[in-house]
Amino acid sequence: MTKEKLDRLQMEVAARLPGAAISRLPDALVAGVSCDNLVQVMTRLRDDISLDFKILIDIAGVHYPGREAPFELVYQLLSVHKNHRIRVKLPVREDELVPSVAGVWSCADWYEREAYDMFGILFSNHPDLRRILNDYDFHGYPLRKDFPVVGRVELRYDSQRGMVVKHPVQLSRQNREPYRKSP
Amino acid sequence: MEELKEFQNYTINFGPQHPAAHGVLRLLLELDGEVVERADPHIGLLHRGTEKLLEHKTYLQGLPYWDRLDYMSMMSQEHTWVLAVEKLLGVTAPPRAQYIRTIFAELTRILNHLLFVGAHGLDVGAMTMFIYCFREREAILDMYEAVCGARMHAAYFRPGGVAKDLPDGLEDKIRAFAEDFPAKIDEYETLLTNNRIWKQRLVDVGVVTAEQALDLGFVGPMLRGSGIAYDLRKAEPYDAYARVDFDIPVGKNGDSYDRYLVRVEEMRQSNRIILQCLEKMPKGEVKLQDFKISIPNRDDMYQGMESLIHHFKLVSEGFSVPPGEVYLATESPKGELGVYIVSQGGNKPYRAKIRAAGFNHLQALKTMLPGHMIADVTTMVGTIDIVFGEIDR
Repeated sequence: MTKEKLDRLQMEVAARLPGAAISRLPDALVAGVSCDNLVQVMTRLRDDISLDFKILIDIAGVHYPGREAPFELVYQLLSVHKNHRIRVKLPVREDELVPSVAGVWSCADWYEREAYDMFGILFSNHPDLRRILNDYDFHGYPLRKDFPVVGRVELRYDSQRGMVVKHPVQLSRQNREPYRKSP
Repeated sequence: MEELKEFQNYTINFGPQHPAAHGVLRLLLELDGEVVERADPHIGLLHRGTEKLLEHKTYLQGLPYWDRLDYMSMMSQEHTWVLAVEKLLGVTAPPRAQYIRTIFAELTRILNHLLFVGAHGLDVGAMTMFIYCFREREAILDMYEAVCGARMHAAYFRPGGVAKDLPDGLEDKIRAFAEDFPAKIDEYETLLTNNRIWKQRLVDVGVVTAEQALDLGFVGPMLRGSGIAYDLRKAEPYDAYARVDFDIPVGKNGDSYDRYLVRVEEMRQSNRIILQCLEKMPKGEVKLQDFKISIPNRDDMYQGMESLIHHFKLVSEGFSVPPGEVYLATESPKGELGVYIVSQGGNKPYRAKIRAAGFNHLQALKTMLPGHMIADVTTMVGTIDIVFGEIDR
């Protein structure tokens, strides 16, 4: 988006959403919300004729261990008629219930399931909160930073017992990370 | 007299290994007779943890994972990643590279839509379509092979340009293909567009109104099929799209037949874009000449010490990206393919969230399927044009 367009959108959003904390990135507008006003702000963003964010593009979870609210949910919204976008950020504490926005955009359903599956973020009023991408009996939340990239269990076919068995990951060679800095 | 027993609904499993499921879709269908009452798609059977892997790879090492997302339109996926990384770095590719990327993004769109028409035809019973479409797909895959040596997983687009210039003679080959291709589309259309069976199976199946399409988060041809003319190539032009002329086809009724027509017309428009790009493409460099970002040429590497050092540093440590965050989306053949990258500096992304178009389209089956006959399930799965690589990630 061009700078003028972002300026204009920033003014519109600031006038219509007094509760949200608006900040600017070089190429995007970010609105900070809390769990208390999330659904109200989102409904406003969708229904207000001059904002018109009719499409929910994405919900991304991010894990920041060490912060007071270690998770962040990042909602990307798009208006196809006005051709503008906004990013809405919601900090989430470890055991906080996030109100679901599946009632505002029905496509939020699977994105919230994914956030639950990958980060263990819990949603209230969600129609059907189950794991989505991981296996039905998976343990842990793989996109958290403390989850190892090689996983915790591996599967193997045990020919003597005639079944697939699970056991902890055993690597014959350590998994290598790309160098962070030159030696 | 025999007592009349009440018939109960029953549940069937469609997939995960069903030829019409386009991969590994497990669809739980609750049926009342032949009518679908409830549909519950189960996904994740192809989940490979791409987002987690991207956090542990340098930006350059992460690139080939993108080919493997939507493995039916490979270079379009790379396009999102390279543009996002370029935006984080604050650089733009040289003009020739932009045109090459546009040409290959459009060839990839044709590649994808050919598979869509072919596989959709096959699902619905038009066997010949599949064979016709794979004939042209083969020609495009040969072009892939000519530029990068791989038929599918190209890793050809790079942050700051493309890996290599086009080999001699390829431009003529692409031009010959593009000049020939509209006649091929006419051929497909004589087989399908006014075919009575095709229309009986597609018209008024899976109608999605414009409001519904927005609510369900549709993008790309699915959104345009419902009559909303939104195309990222026009709305937020990237690379050479601002410099070419093309039209955005839109549907009227929002049914499967409209979406088919939209995609067929998109192939014609892609063809137009390719011809214009070939016309306008300048000579010059195909990657940034900043060798802290792009890998130096092979010849220099064999001769010069400095190029060798740059190469070694780039493939081992990779380049560093300033802290920041970016969301960037491109119009992939299936719709908006976006990536949200959070960088905290360093050579790896802190978080990379992939926004795949098919994810929304597939979850819409929950709302689209109920009320349809079980025979329409294959039409619906075909019309949303899904590939599980990008949905399961």
